[in-house]
Amino acid sequence: MSMQSQDIIRRSATNGFTPTPQARSHETEVAKLIDVSLCTGCKGCQVACSEWNDLRDEVGHNVGVYDNPADLTSETWTVIRFDEVEDESDKLEWLLRKEGCMHCEEPGCLKACPSPGAILQFANGIVDFQSEQCIGCGYCIAGCPFDIPRISEKDNRAYKCTLCADRVAVGQEPACVKTCPTGAIAFGSKAEMKDLAADRVGELKSRGHEGAGLYDPAGVGGTHVMYVLTHADKPELYHRLPANPSISPIVRGWKEWLKPVGALGFIATVAGAFAHYMGVGPNTTDETPHPDPEPEKELEVEGADHGPAEDRRDA
Amino acid sequence: MDTSNRVLRTKFGDRLLHWTMVACFFLVAMSGLSWFFPSLHWLGSVLGPPQLARLLHPFLGIVVFLLLMCMFVRFVHHNMPVRTDGIWFRHIVDVLMNRHGENLRIGKYNAGQKILFWGIMSLISALFVTGLVIWRAYFAMYFPIPVVRLALLAHSAAALALILLVLGHIYMGIWVRGSIGGMVTGYVSRAWARQHHDRWYDEEVVPEETPSAKRRS
Repeated sequence: MSMQSQDIIRRSATNGFTPTPQARSHETEVAKLIDVSLCTGCKGCQVACSEWNDLRDEVGHNVGVYDNPADLTSETWTVIRFDEVEDESDKLEWLLRKEGCMHCEEPGCLKACPSPGAILQFANGIVDFQSEQCIGCGYCIAGCPFDIPRISEKDNRAYKCTLCADRVAVGQEPACVKTCPTGAIAFGSKAEMKDLAADRVGELKSRGHEGAGLYDPAGVGGTHVMYVLTHADKPELYHRLPANPSISPIVRGWKEWLKPVGALGFIATVAGAFAHYMGVGPNTTDETPHPDPEPEKELEVEGADHGPAEDRRDA
Repeated sequence: MDTSNRVLRTKFGDRLLHWTMVACFFLVAMSGLSWFFPSLHWLGSVLGPPQLARLLHPFLGIVVFLLLMCMFVRFVHHNMPVRTDGIWFRHIVDVLMNRHGENLRIGKYNAGQKILFWGIMSLISALFVTGLVIWRAYFAMYFPIPVVRLALLAHSAAALALILLVLGHIYMGIWVRGSIGGMVTGYVSRAWARQHHDRWYDEEVVPEETPSAKRRS
């Protein structure tokens, strides 16, 4: 792979009428495939992520579950989730899932972001935050259907998994893939990963996991981080992984409906005011004496020279 | 100042309040618009680099809200609906078409200005509440994400409505000659007062002046 894997196809807060350079030839989309049935929860991926990205989060505390740190943070971009689930026959299952950015084909974070170029989507599918452009508003948190981005308290900027865009750009796999000792994480072209997933799902089904399947949710146009789940029919079991994630209709309404309506409202208001002024003319005061015989009347006539003074005041 | 043909309409304190509000509102509105219409992101430059604008916007928003509360106390009694407001509404076309002559019995503020007053009061209050919910550095983490999404939409919609309302307010100030000067110096001409706010002139301005009027005559 060349540095062409850094070609940008979407840029946050950038008008759709002025797209990013698109004339170059097609580029292969990449994907990471996480097979939860092969994960042992060793957290090697968490360590590799911190090491490669030079993240030094506070060492977590035991909060009664194995998840450590207890949640994603601005300095922990992936966390293994441990969920204890009992099926109908009271059989306990320990479901593990490596949580992190899904690198959506239609990223909600990018849609919500108000800062031009703070979130980029590369031609290979990676969605990356450009910290230098980030203003710390947190709109990406509201836009994300997976609750992934976190704002740092140190610098008020948003962080999340980069899919090791810097490694991928020079032909390497992400650090978590490189380090995974059980081969639960694979990386390659999205087509290859789908083929691999199909093999794995077939094998899981043959071993009695009827609900096994690929998690590549269509509601966000598919993702560039996919899961093979043993219970793909019930993804919520895996630490509330949404069954049908999509960009919230409220976020869509805000960006796709209110924004154009607001723009039209501005144009209509300014144009209306201008047309009114041209048509009706200024609303000037009739300075001729008041018909009522009031004492001020005489003064009013004497003060006839206040007309120009008033014009001056309006200027 | 010679007040023989001009009358005090807005006191110094109230004028100061109004123009302080204008300055703060301008900065908050421009930075807010820069995020709602990212193609106009340069509007946010009124508060410096984008990161600084994001930092200052909510604090200035609180200043706007506090100024609004002062304005409420100072102006609310002039903006309560009264029966004669109906006359203004019935003559709305004459008013807009610049056809003077009818005695519309308008108090210190006309019915349109009262709508503006209550619109600004309710919209800035809504912006204050939703603004706290989406204030990422201090409050947003205490609200579920769906609530933050709703607050973002409501904040944007309220801000749009408010800015359009304020544009109308600015236009009226430009259209009705003498009103911007009135808000700067505090004084309007007697003819202006009688033409635009006849009931205010008859019921509040003249009675207050009666002793001096007697002296002059």
